[in-house]
Formats: sequence, C-alpha cells, structure tokens
Amino acid sequence: MPLWLDLLIRVAAVMAAFLVLPLVIGQAEHKVMAHMQGRVGPMYAGAFHGWAQLVADGVKFVQKEDVTPRDADRTVFRLAPMVALFPYLVVILTIPLGPGLVAQSLDIGLFLVLAVLGIGVIAVLMSAWASANKYSLLGGVRGAAQLLGYELPLVLAAASVAMAAGTLSLPGIVEAWQPWWLIWQAPAALVFFIAGLAEIRRPPFDMPIADSELVFGYMTEYTGLRFAFFLLAEYVGIVVIAALTTVLFLGGWHGPMEDQLGWLWTLLKIGALSFVIIWLRVTYPRMREDQLQRLCWLILVPVSLAQLVLTVAVKSLL
Amino acid sequence: MTVADVLLLALGALAVGSGALVVTSSHLVRSGLYLVVSLGAIAGLYLVLGAELVAWVQILVYVGAVVVLLLFAVMLTRAPIGPSADLDRPALPAALIGGGAGLGLAALFADAFRWVRYAAPEPGTAERVGEQIFGAWVLPFEVISILLLSALVGAIVLSRPDIGARVDTPAGEPEVPA
Repeated sequence: MPLWLDLLIRVAAVMAAFLVLPLVIGQAEHKVMAHMQGRVGPMYAGAFHGWAQLVADGVKFVQKEDVTPRDADRTVFRLAPMVALFPYLVVILTIPLGPGLVAQSLDIGLFLVLAVLGIGVIAVLMSAWASANKYSLLGGVRGAAQLLGYELPLVLAAASVAMAAGTLSLPGIVEAWQPWWLIWQAPAALVFFIAGLAEIRRPPFDMPIADSELVFGYMTEYTGLRFAFFLLAEYVGIVVIAALTTVLFLGGWHGPMEDQLGWLWTLLKIGALSFVIIWLRVTYPRMREDQLQRLCWLILVPVSLAQLVLTVAVKSLL
Repeated sequence: MTVADVLLLALGALAVGSGALVVTSSHLVRSGLYLVVSLGAIAGLYLVLGAELVAWVQILVYVGAVVVLLLFAVMLTRAPIGPSADLDRPALPAALIGGGAGLGLAALFADAFRWVRYAAPEPGTAERVGEQIFGAWVLPFEVISILLLSALVGAIVLSRPDIGARVDTPAGEPEVPA
C-alpha cells in the first residue's frame, strides 16, 4: 500500500470514530436516561425510536446565531471550543482497537495521552475568562481546581499499570495484560475511572457547570456551533475515558477469538463503560465543591499511592 | 536545508515571538496564554530533536500544570478583560538586559560549537532516559527528590499557621494576628 493511501485511511478512520462514536454515545445517553427515569426519550426524529435526534440537534445548532458577548475577549472566546476538542482528537489517534489495529502506534503512547489530556484545562480557563461573565469565571475557577487536582490520581493510577506491564505503549500494555490483573490493578482501575469522570466533568463531578447555581459555568455565554463543540467534547470525553480504562485495565481486545474479533471486544467494553458513565449521571447527585476536593486528595491520591506500592511489591515477587 | 532545519527555525521563531508577546502584552491573562504557545513550541523543538519523552514531559508539566497554576493564580487575584494600563514595565532596561543576555549566549554557543562536528546522539526514548537516570545519574536524581520533598514540606509549613505557632497559643488554633 502506498504511504499516502495508508495515511489517508488512518486519518479517515480516526475522523469517522471522532464523529460517529460521540453521536452514538449521545443518543444512548438520551435513551438510557429516559428509560431509567420512566420516560421514552426522543421518538420522532428519524422515525425509528428517534435515532436522528442528535443529527437534528446538530442542524439546529448550525442555524443558531453565533453570539459573542460585547465585552468578551473575542479571539480567545472563539478559540476555546477548538482547544477543548483538540486533546481528545489526539488521544483517539493512539487508542488500539485490536491487535495491530491502531491509528498511530507510539512507543510512549500512554505518556502522550496523559500529557495532552492536561491541555483540556486551558480550554476551560480560556472560555471562563474570555466570556466576561461572573458565572463563567466562577465555573472556570472551579473547573481548573478540579482538573488540576484529579490529574494527579489519574496519572498515578496509569503509572501503576504501566509499571505492571513494563511499557508505556498502549498496545504493549494490552498485550502484557492478564486476567488476574483485574484484581491486582482493581484499585488503580477504580481510581482511574473516577478521576477520569472528574476530568471530563461528568456528573457527579459537574460542579464547574452546576446549572442550578452557575447557569452553565464556563459555557454560559456560548451559543450555536461553539456550544455544540463543547457538547461534542463532552461526549468524545466519555469515549476517551471509557476507551482508556478499557485499554489500561480491562484488557482491551482480549476475549474469545481475539485475533478476528479483537476490535469488537474493545468496542463492547467501551460501550459498557460508557453505559456506566451515563448510569452514574442518572444515579448520583452532584458533589459539593469541598466534597469533591476531599474525595480527590484524601481518598483517591492515597489509594493510588498505595496501589503503586502494591504493584511494585507483586512485581518484584514474581 | 533539511525539513528538520526548517521546522527548528519555525518553532524557534514561534517560541521567541510568543515569548516576546508574553512580556509585551498588556492583557494579563493573554500573557499566560502566550506562554502556553511558547512552551508548546519548545516541546515541538524537543520533538524535532528526537527527544520524544522530554517533549511530552514539557507538555504535561509546563503546559498542563505550571502555566495552568499561573493562570489560575492570576484569575483568582485580578484578571481584567482588556488591557491593564497600570502595569509597570521598565521597558528599555529590561529589553537591553534580556536581549543582550540572549544574543550573548547565542553568540557564545555558536562560537563554541560551530567548529566541531558531533555525531548525532541516539534518540531520547523513554527506555534510554530511564536507563540513564536510574543507572549513571541515580545519585543526582535522588538528591533532587530530597530537594523537592523539603520544598513541599516547607510549603505546607508556611501555609499552615497552626504549625510552629508559639507555645502559649492552644494547639490546633490559628494564631490571631494583633
């Protein structure tokens, strides 16, 4: 295969995943939430169980007026949604679906993922400050404190599994994974998943956009397509956190007939974790700011440090 | 000129240009954002030079944490949207000192290294950096760890008034300033 064709296929595949998976997750959220709350959710758009609801929403967002507040810092305000999307696009590039089935295999893929996920907080600060709105600023400061705090347990939990596998490459970690790691790395998996939820600001960690007190936090002033970009970032975030948890802790493509069906197992695991993320949104009330920080610093960080010790102990015993 | 040369020049110009904007912009928060661009460009330089790990560390630590802390602090204190006219800025002496030091160092480096040809070192992969740090350089590494730990403890002591309070005040109660 010529180089350009190979490149074209890879880029097209990543873009397709980037655009299709969030739509699937978004639609699943509409329907799952509705059924959990005894409703039916969208039923009309696209005729069959409202499958085209999000497409219709997208058309609506495009038609809306693109409003920039008068006192806003225009350039920064307009740039922020792109900066919010960018890290997730890079992360999707490195996630392996099956054996050898990855857009860009990197020697230190895990490190790249953790590094670019940290950029997301800049988008929050940019949108918060540039909106010229007190609610936005409060939401942004809350968001920055939350993202900075939860990055620590996230990185420590990922470091534990990297130490266990002896590699920083994401496909390498999946290859080294064995079923008993489910128990050995269980605390790290929990910490990673919870910290990941906080990183994408999903309920119960949505204090930065708490609608009952901050209108919509740092997204208050956004309308139309730019707001849709933030929404898209949220849904891609769900995909990314579910995919990373799958790859790092649930064995990625491991399953029956993994040589042929590896990609299916990965997608199924991602789907199951995304369902849990949606489930948590319907189940738990929003955590207060002090509870949120307490959970991070007094529970998650010590647990992930203890997990590091456990990992080293078991690893050196073997 | 190879592709690497062009990339190095472009990224270097980006880093220096946005670095200059950091100190000349009168928008406080925008300065911080320019710093993000500048440090990101330096990470790009590391990538071009083959030091992949260092590049991602640069992004993780500087862009993701240091600059964010800086922006966070600015937004907690005073972050007006639009220019702040009252920023003090000793423009000429600072430009002279900064530009002079930069140019002088550049000239010194060019003079020191342009006559000698070095073989390109191996790419700085994670494995190689790890072997070096925990092999040849393990003592300096541990010394730096102790330094960072003592800085951490110092920060905690400084930020908690109940530690090291005078004996006559009851323990656990912050001292009330007169």
